[in-house]
Amino acid sequence: MLIDITRLAMIGLVRLLVGAHPRWVGAAPSLTQSIYFTNHTSHLDTLALWVALPSAIRAKARPVAAKDYWGRGKIKRFIALKVLNAVLIEREVSRHSDPLAPLLAALAAGDSLILFPEGTRKAQAEPSDFKGGLYHLAEAFPHVKLIPVYLDTLHRCMPKGSYLPVPLICTVRFGATLTWQADEHKKAFLTRARTAILSLI
Amino acid sequence: MLTNFANTLEMLDPTHKFYGLIGAVAALLLIASIVGWALKRQLLAKNNPSEKSLKLINNLISRVNAWWVMVAILIIAFLAGKLGTIILFGFISYFALREFMTLTPTRAGDHRTLSLAFFLLIPLHYYLIYTDWYGLFSVLIPVYAFLLMPSISVLAQDTEHFLERAAKIQWGVMISIYCISHAPALLLLPITNFEGQNTLLLFYFLLIVQLSDVLQYVFGNLFGKTKVAPVVSPNKTLEGLIGGGLSTILVGTGLWWITPFTPLQSAGMATVIVIMGFLGGLVMSAIKRSLGAKDWGDMIEGHGGMLDRMDSVSFAAPVFFHLVRYYFTP
Repeated sequence: MLIDITRLAMIGLVRLLVGAHPRWVGAAPSLTQSIYFTNHTSHLDTLALWVALPSAIRAKARPVAAKDYWGRGKIKRFIALKVLNAVLIEREVSRHSDPLAPLLAALAAGDSLILFPEGTRKAQAEPSDFKGGLYHLAEAFPHVKLIPVYLDTLHRCMPKGSYLPVPLICTVRFGATLTWQADEHKKAFLTRARTAILSLI
Repeated sequence: MLTNFANTLEMLDPTHKFYGLIGAVAALLLIASIVGWALKRQLLAKNNPSEKSLKLINNLISRVNAWWVMVAILIIAFLAGKLGTIILFGFISYFALREFMTLTPTRAGDHRTLSLAFFLLIPLHYYLIYTDWYGLFSVLIPVYAFLLMPSISVLAQDTEHFLERAAKIQWGVMISIYCISHAPALLLLPITNFEGQNTLLLFYFLLIVQLSDVLQYVFGNLFGKTKVAPVVSPNKTLEGLIGGGLSTILVGTGLWWITPFTPLQSAGMATVIVIMGFLGGLVMSAIKRSLGAKDWGDMIEGHGGMLDRMDSVSFAAPVFFHLVRYYFTP
């Protein structure tokens, strides 16, 4: 009950702040298991993409979030784990554990993911280079659809270091599925994935 | 006979006038919906309906549907009283400013200024209307916000395009908050012999402004040939302007009984509203194009954005407000 109310309130708030209306440029929305990967510029990104998804898809799509931020504090934990059903990961790579393990587990369970391959936020319109995570996930689950998403304007709404947002309209553009090619090198794949987002600008 | 009828209308109490007006607007929309439906049926019955006419009819239907929703929201706000109306217009300003600033290039140094414009200036400005504080209402944005907004931006020490940024922010705030708010500000005017009926005057103003847009669109589509400003606004035609404008003035004259005006004064006021609304449409269209967009947004199905619907209001409201204030208040 409390979770549902919070969820509705958050959807309403995000719509009021940044609109976050979807535009399916490359493909129609589908319930097939997918990894939605997008550019990362602000704290609102996860919420904007999550809100833009049709509710049936949203229910199965889990945002990937940093444990050191979202795992701390009662309210943040409640929002991350209960409302958004996020997958929390360690940002610091340690020798003892595979940071991608929780993501692989979620994919194995049939969930979709919302992922930021850049890792950290950048206050710019264009995404910077991607880290390798997306490649390893795609390699392990080649049948999962890879859907590039571009979030515009959000780098102006809430850049790093700001406390109050500026309400500006963000359009969430979904591109065509990126096909997995088994013989492709990691670097070429990551460049192709980044280009897929750039082509949506 | 006619004078008798006119007298009866004038003698109605404000509540009856209000409901009569709602009835008339609903009847108009019902006719529009039926016409749209009939046109579409007729078109689909043809062997190969042209893509262009189908698009026009579909746009017409979604425009009318959006009108039903907008009228319903407006009436709910009116029924909720002064506070409801002011909150509604506060949100209209918020959405208009959001569209304006989305298209306007600003820099990181403007972030705090913009946050404050949305979350402090809008509530404060509308609060002044609520408390009938006309003096501060009229200078808050042209004086205080004008000086303080660039003062906040300057703290970020970014001089790149500083004048352009400050000017564009001021323009957006003037249009979206200050100008639009002069419509609900009609509620704070102490009009002689019109106590407790200001909502009717706001209703009258919105009806004339929007009817002028609608009738110019209708006349333009039916008889439009001569483009008035092909570069700025390709849909505006001389035939639309004259046909739509004159018929709106006619309706405005016939609605004198819900206003503090005589029929002749009402005709004059409607003329001013039509002209200012037309200019507002032109200027806002030029701004939109200079910012590289065709529509301000897409929040109102068939119409575009909030500012596409409010462009004429933003120009007509302040002038109408001051004419009423100058001639009809003590």
